[in-house]
Amino acid sequence: MSAPRAPSLVRRAAAAAAVLAALLVVPAVAGTYQTQLLTYGLTLAIAALGFNLLLGYTGLLSFGHSAFFGAGAYAVAFMMRYLGVSSMELFILGGVAFSAVLAALLGVVCVRHTRIFFAILTLALSQVLWTLAYKFFWITGGTDGLRVPFSKVTLLGGLVGFPGADAFAKFITSYYYYVLVAFCVCVALMWLIVHSPFGKTLQAIRDNETRARFLGVRIWRYRWLAFLVSGIFTGVAGSLWVPLNGLTTPDVLYWPQSGKIVFFAVLGGFRNFTGPMVGAVIFNYLEVYAVAVTEYWQITLGVILIALVTFLPSGIVGTAARLSARLKRKRGAST
Amino acid sequence: MEIVVIQVLNSLFYAAVLFLIAAGLSLIFGVMGIINMAHGSFYALGAYVTAWSVAAAAGVFPAAALYIFLPLGAIAVAVIGLAIEPTLLRRFYRRPEEYQLLVTFGLLLVLEDAIRLVWGGTPRTASGLVDSLGLVQIGGLPYPVYNMAMIGVGIAAALGLWAFVYRTKFGVLLRATAQDRRMAAALGINVGRIYSLAFGLGCFMAGLAGAIVVPSQAAVLGMGVEVIVLSFVVVVIGGLGSLEGALVGALIVSALRTITIQFWEEIELAALYLIAAIVLLILPTGLFGKKA
Repeated sequence: MSAPRAPSLVRRAAAAAAVLAALLVVPAVAGTYQTQLLTYGLTLAIAALGFNLLLGYTGLLSFGHSAFFGAGAYAVAFMMRYLGVSSMELFILGGVAFSAVLAALLGVVCVRHTRIFFAILTLALSQVLWTLAYKFFWITGGTDGLRVPFSKVTLLGGLVGFPGADAFAKFITSYYYYVLVAFCVCVALMWLIVHSPFGKTLQAIRDNETRARFLGVRIWRYRWLAFLVSGIFTGVAGSLWVPLNGLTTPDVLYWPQSGKIVFFAVLGGFRNFTGPMVGAVIFNYLEVYAVAVTEYWQITLGVILIALVTFLPSGIVGTAARLSARLKRKRGAST
Repeated sequence: MEIVVIQVLNSLFYAAVLFLIAAGLSLIFGVMGIINMAHGSFYALGAYVTAWSVAAAAGVFPAAALYIFLPLGAIAVAVIGLAIEPTLLRRFYRRPEEYQLLVTFGLLLVLEDAIRLVWGGTPRTASGLVDSLGLVQIGGLPYPVYNMAMIGVGIAAALGLWAFVYRTKFGVLLRATAQDRRMAAALGINVGRIYSLAFGLGCFMAGLAGAIVVPSQAAVLGMGVEVIVLSFVVVVIGGLGSLEGALVGALIVSALRTITIQFWEEIELAALYLIAAIVLLILPTGLFGKKA
């Protein structure tokens, strides 16, 4: 099977600019609720972006990414509760630091294995964090979690705050743009990473570990670095998600949360750059509307997941790319 | 002293349950190479079916006769397993592991909600079965006979499974298929049938675990999601694909669990997960696993 030829850089840049332009006008045309939904989607997309550096580019399936998402979220909650911090920039720094330390530690352990053992190791270690958050309730609030009310959050070094009764709508609009900027920075960074020599080396390891080893690549170190970067991106996503959600509970560390992140990547298609992000945004809508329509939304999601892996293993974006390439070939043949 | 005896019995009861789940998980992995994320949900399903059928029969049958409904959970789950394997899982054996994990994760989501759809959110019990067997005095402390009987069931299941895999013709075919699928097929073994039966047997054991647990503790939503990670710990310690490993792993995990609950309740699960991670690091194939 030959992969569809990659579009040129100019066309990609044009497409990205069009998407960005559309994203910029969303708060102006959509209501507060829709803007809020999309903000959720964008934070999850950052998590998916980080996750896919491991699955799509390094070939490692992590079933423990809830650990990093939760680390980012709890870092914010801890800083607010125990240090009295309110600046979002400091929160993000804290989330990066917390998830980086965690990913560095877990990475040392996890990247010694690949395939199924890697998946189980990441799962087991993320569950250690979950039980700690769940059991040490005098620090973490236990199942009640820790509150991170938006009214206590300030953006841009304290310049923008959200006091007052009707601050919610204002918060959502400002925060949407804030998350959008963070999202663009993350996408740009990840794009540079996967197209750098480092990213190319990861893909070489994914495709043929033995050959990469013979070329003198230190497999272990590259996988560890990928794990670290992946964890940090997912941690940032967790930090950005918390003020929006207003609360963090041990559920964000529980393993089905990791399953959701895997779901994003498969839904969009993990063999291309944009797939997981598209998957995350779509998953977010799916979940919200499935919950609204039926009490039994998990069945809906489960059936969709089974159908996807059975019939559309390359995901929405992967399938769309193949279809459009086929269409173009046909058109080229007829003229 | 009596406390120690009771704790040992509790630990053995829990080990019996864990063994049944983990042995099924390990059997399925050993034969088909699939990690079944939905295995815990099969366990939950077994618990719900047994609780539901015992409750439905409670007014009609005398208390002692209710025991004939106990295996119903296991049988129902086995039937579902036999139906799922050829329709859903078969096409995934040649696909990468990510897809195998994901399809069973999808199955887990479906099963968890199906349980909620059928039985609702209220906990279900079959505690009448525990009461009907009464209590035994252990050094002055009462202990349910039921738990001791179920330790017996666990031992019988372990022996039965061992005899089945190592002493029957089907067991030979099963092990041959696990070792080399293509060679087995070339020798005329109906590999598809072996896979279905192995999956059905694994599901049966998960269902049986749920069935024996539900009289002593209620079936609740999320019980399957909770137990699956713990059974991963068991098979990781024992070695993926090994039945002996599942037995030893279950004994170790439940003993550790009993000890940590006794002395430092907060770290119970964290300690177990950490131990699994350490074992994976030092002995990637576990205590009894074969070298890959």
